[in-house]
Amino acid sequence: MNMLSKLACGIAMAVAASVTAASAQSSMDDPLRDGYYENLKGKKVVFVPVFMGLDLTEGWSKIMARQADELGYSYEVRNSNFNTAAGAQTITSLISEKPDVIVVQNPDVQSYARLLQQAEKAGIHVIQLNMKTNYQTTGFVGADVELIGEKQAHAAVEKCSTGEQPGKVLVLAGPPTSPFSAYMLKGYENVLNDNPKVQIVSVQSTGDYESSKAKSIAQVVLQQHPDLCAILGVWDNTDVGTAAALQEAGKTDQVLLTTSGGGGELACKGLREGLWQYYVSYDVPGQGRDLNALIMAALQDTNEVGSTKTVLYTPLVTYTPETLGDERCWTLDTLR
Amino acid sequence: MQTGVDGQARTGARGAGVVSRLVGGGFDQLRIVTLLFLAIFVIYSLVLPGFFTVGNLLTLTRTVAVLGILGLGMAIVVIGRGIDLSLIASLAVPTALALTLAAKGYGLVPAVACGLLLAVAIGMLNGILVAYAEIPSLFTTLAVGIGVAGLGQIGIFDWEIVAWPPQLDAIAWIGRGNVAGIPYSVLAFGAMAVLIGVFLRRTRLGMFVYASGDNPGATRLTGIPLRPVLVMQYVIAACIAFFAGMVLAASSASMDTRIFNLTWIYDVILVVVLGGIGLSGGRGGVVNVIIGTLLIGTIMNGLTIMNVSYEMQNLVRGLVLLVAVMADSIINPRNEETAQQGDI
Repeated sequence: MNMLSKLACGIAMAVAASVTAASAQSSMDDPLRDGYYENLKGKKVVFVPVFMGLDLTEGWSKIMARQADELGYSYEVRNSNFNTAAGAQTITSLISEKPDVIVVQNPDVQSYARLLQQAEKAGIHVIQLNMKTNYQTTGFVGADVELIGEKQAHAAVEKCSTGEQPGKVLVLAGPPTSPFSAYMLKGYENVLNDNPKVQIVSVQSTGDYESSKAKSIAQVVLQQHPDLCAILGVWDNTDVGTAAALQEAGKTDQVLLTTSGGGGELACKGLREGLWQYYVSYDVPGQGRDLNALIMAALQDTNEVGSTKTVLYTPLVTYTPETLGDERCWTLDTLR
Repeated sequence: MQTGVDGQARTGARGAGVVSRLVGGGFDQLRIVTLLFLAIFVIYSLVLPGFFTVGNLLTLTRTVAVLGILGLGMAIVVIGRGIDLSLIASLAVPTALALTLAAKGYGLVPAVACGLLLAVAIGMLNGILVAYAEIPSLFTTLAVGIGVAGLGQIGIFDWEIVAWPPQLDAIAWIGRGNVAGIPYSVLAFGAMAVLIGVFLRRTRLGMFVYASGDNPGATRLTGIPLRPVLVMQYVIAACIAFFAGMVLAASSASMDTRIFNLTWIYDVILVVVLGGIGLSGGRGGVVNVIIGTLLIGTIMNGLTIMNVSYEMQNLVRGLVLLVAVMADSIINPRNEETAQQGDI
């Protein structure tokens, strides 16, 4: 055969082959798929929040429940109702129940630490959500609270360091041992301690994030320091009270109120109505996605529990009245 | 306001005279706490710049006004030899119900009326269980409180923190703003104090409350309808709690129903006991609540001005209560004669 006929033959074979292949265009098994779904059957994930009924916890829970529903593993919530002892009891009983994953929102940096350690020893993956203890488990999803503090402090510096006198700042914190108090305070200090133009006049705890307590503290401090320049708040729901104090004193324009939260409806409402002027969101929908990813990783993990540890700090989003748009804030209905 | 308090003080003192003759000198705690209050007040005024100013004193009273109103409700029950641990639930859940209904467009009056009805129902339940089923008030109100809070959680509200709806703005003044410089919440406390004072000291039903707390057995023997009087006490307490709840919600622009799980109820008991209303019943009055409230308010205000930490504030509060109770038991030692059945 000469060159030409060889080529013609080759083309004919190729055409024949492709025709055969086309007629036999059949389905193929995705080799990952069966194992993936089979593995998830009968798996159990339990969420132990500090308190249900808040936008944060309801949001996370909805996202977790949806994935569980779609993939066919079981998901349940054990509410500890703002009672640390009840939460500890829940985790203790979970250690003997042996679910595959516990997702826990810690009330403070200490209380559950040993229990979480025991749970991992017992072969349960523990994922800590937004509020962590000082013991690192399989996973952490949540805000870098120190960074939230730094962001808020920078906003205060920008507003308050223009005058001759140092600008006066009030810091409102949560419960003293809560990660959202301790780490956020660290963030404030990182920025404000070296800044002679800004002076922290008071650091007070709002108890268990009570808005009424936030309001009365703000009132007392405003009375003492009528020239207050900024209030660094701890959480949007709490700072509704702080904002009420500012409104009653007629100082909404004078005092910058910064706060943080999950970026729900309240965040946008607060910006729109002028309750606060600077908002750091830790983006609950994003956290939910991260959380679901870590849950899936844990459910597929065949290594010894605790041998891999993953930390996912949530990318923070900053809202100001200038960047406001309602589409940026989520509601339970818009969560996917 | 000032004359109201003075009037109360006079009425209280006269009432104190009458009842202390009956009971046998149980009123010295009021004097101790008043002295303690004056001492702390004077020290703060001298030491803390900015403490003794009109603005700060108004802020001080404003911060404890809701606590004081709740204290009045608790006082009625405690004078009747009971205790109402469901008071915070009666504050939070009916108020949140009213806010929720108003936000859904049911109108101001029906929404508030529904809240009030729920409060009355809670009070009735407490009262009937205590008076007719004769379950100790401590357990009854503890259980009812948990139940009512749970009721709120399982579905009356979408969120645990219910925002103040614009539909209720017509009555938002009860917690915000002020008249002639005096905040409405302080006026609300004052008005409530006068009302309860008159009720306890000037009406027959008020006297029945004292009688039922002092000696229930004798009360019934004299023909006073003891059980209905007990029910009435709990209903009044629940209604006062609802009122306090509306003031609080208007003030902080939201109702945080989580407060049931917090330590508020201890603060209310603290105010009542510190003021010298004995838990054994039949003693004390409105003036005790006012002094107790002012003492706590003054201590907390000063500590906040001094920027003392949260843990330290709690420690100081506990110590003050301990000192007051110890001073009372040293000055008025208890023995078989003075101790009453039902003393806690």
